[in-house]
Amino acid sequence: MSKDMSYQGLMARRNEIMKQAVGIDYSIFESGSIAFDYEKMMRETGYTLEEMQKIQGDTGVGNTPVLELKNLTALARKVAPKGKGARIFIKDEASNPSGSFKARRAANAVYHAKKLGYKGVIAATSGNYGAAVASQAAMHGLKCIIVQECYDSKGVGQPEIIEKARKCEAYGAEVVQLTVGPELFYTFLKLLEETGYFNASLYTPFGIAGVETLGYELAIQFREKIGRDPDVVVCTNAGGGNLTGTARGLIKAGAESVNVVGASVNLQGLHMASDEQFNKKSFTTGHTGFGMPFSTWPDRSDVPRSAARPLRYMDRYVTVSQGEVFYMTEILAQLEGLERGPAGNTSLAAAFSIAQELNEDQIIVVQETEYTGAGKHIQAQLSFARENGIEIRFGNPEEEVPGQNIILPNHPSLIKARDFDMDKIRKSYIKNCLEIRGIEKISDADMDFLVQETKSSYDFVKESLAERNIQL
Amino acid sequence: MKANRGEWVKIYNIVLTSEERAPQVPDDTRKVPLESWVKGFIQSDAEIGQFVEVVTITGRRVEGELVEINPAYTHNYGKFVPELLQIGIQARSILAGGDVHE
Repeated sequence: MSKDMSYQGLMARRNEIMKQAVGIDYSIFESGSIAFDYEKMMRETGYTLEEMQKIQGDTGVGNTPVLELKNLTALARKVAPKGKGARIFIKDEASNPSGSFKARRAANAVYHAKKLGYKGVIAATSGNYGAAVASQAAMHGLKCIIVQECYDSKGVGQPEIIEKARKCEAYGAEVVQLTVGPELFYTFLKLLEETGYFNASLYTPFGIAGVETLGYELAIQFREKIGRDPDVVVCTNAGGGNLTGTARGLIKAGAESVNVVGASVNLQGLHMASDEQFNKKSFTTGHTGFGMPFSTWPDRSDVPRSAARPLRYMDRYVTVSQGEVFYMTEILAQLEGLERGPAGNTSLAAAFSIAQELNEDQIIVVQETEYTGAGKHIQAQLSFARENGIEIRFGNPEEEVPGQNIILPNHPSLIKARDFDMDKIRKSYIKNCLEIRGIEKISDADMDFLVQETKSSYDFVKESLAERNIQL
Repeated sequence: MKANRGEWVKIYNIVLTSEERAPQVPDDTRKVPLESWVKGFIQSDAEIGQFVEVVTITGRRVEGELVEINPAYTHNYGKFVPELLQIGIQARSILAGGDVHE
């Protein structure tokens, strides 16, 4: 009997395929309602911090340097009110084997796949994670397939994604390239079923826990270097794993007072599954098109329960414009001699602005960088944008309209991190919980869960539920 | 152009036709099929445009239309973007210059 390979037919087998491909029975953490035991999931299916340090260390991942950006700090102080302008530091994650912090997530996932006896790994990603999985698979002698959303219907590829394909192939991986559309997941499931390989999802407990070492390392490095924990850590936010893992690592190091800020590039108005708009954006990750939906509904990922739950850890969520990030990428090269990014510099643009709110003796950290090169580089990205009809000019970043123009700030004083209303995001998450799961009544366990999930209070959740006429 | 058996090539497939696409895709995306490209070693001599079988680097057998022989990486640094020059010049002059506190 041949299997039904239609879209609907394959999607109907989704849970069965996933269980085979991840090796986790998620049902044991479920309560049957909104709540599930997140910490139990992280504990029982993840690795301890020591184990992860060993796993990562064995493949040259982690222990990346922390660099003080003295010239950038000086520039921020030039445009900040007198006495303001925190010291800006960066954790140079580009020095990981595959050129980004994603090596930490991949190291754990691929190690786990090998331990469970899988012959290969598959990941659905157009970003640095693909290269990270391919690099780790090469080290562990596993086969690797990366599935990318790469081209529009005219066959024009995002240069950044084409570069990632090259990098994956350089590590011996097979790359399956697709046109725009959420049915990437269909192709992904089909490949999992066909090969029996491990789903090296970005959102499993081992993947997210892999980033905990970053937050932990960061805290220890600051205690050694400066003698105390930093005041603010800024994380570029897309699927939420970077922020979640880093914050959990900081907590594991006892650095609980650190303010954790998420930062995304503002791509408001662009539809992520639109064929026509695919090549109108200059960022393929780190943007609001992932950051917002994944913050307000993390369980939209390719596993039943995502281990990346950024609202649990986020104290503040800001956006910056594409032009501001490109500008800061150029500044980082010109003033600090570091060619990185651009996507990873999203948090750098935010930090440059937030530093100006803080006192000069305070410390703000940008917790990652990524490699750059042909396709990824700002020259390549801006040139591609111009060819796609995007206007590029100097001006006030406030004038930027994603998909129409990229405004490079006329002056560094114009770079501004713009705050989202956190309570609005929290309420949006609660609304999604209720509507997607069709909940009308809330238990005490659900109540506690929602308080934790939104890093809020009993009163806040109670009020949010009352607004939706939900019974306690 | 002809590919000889064993050469490294790129093949093309329509994964889902416009009608078969997922219900949630936006209208402009629904108008076009979901397409895919895979690279592998071609299993027979063939001309560009012919339907062929390849064996990928992971050993999968995949069929599709032959579109490229020895597919090259052509991404680069694009055309020069002169605006970028001004950013460093201005930042250095602000650093070297006087007070610009508001």
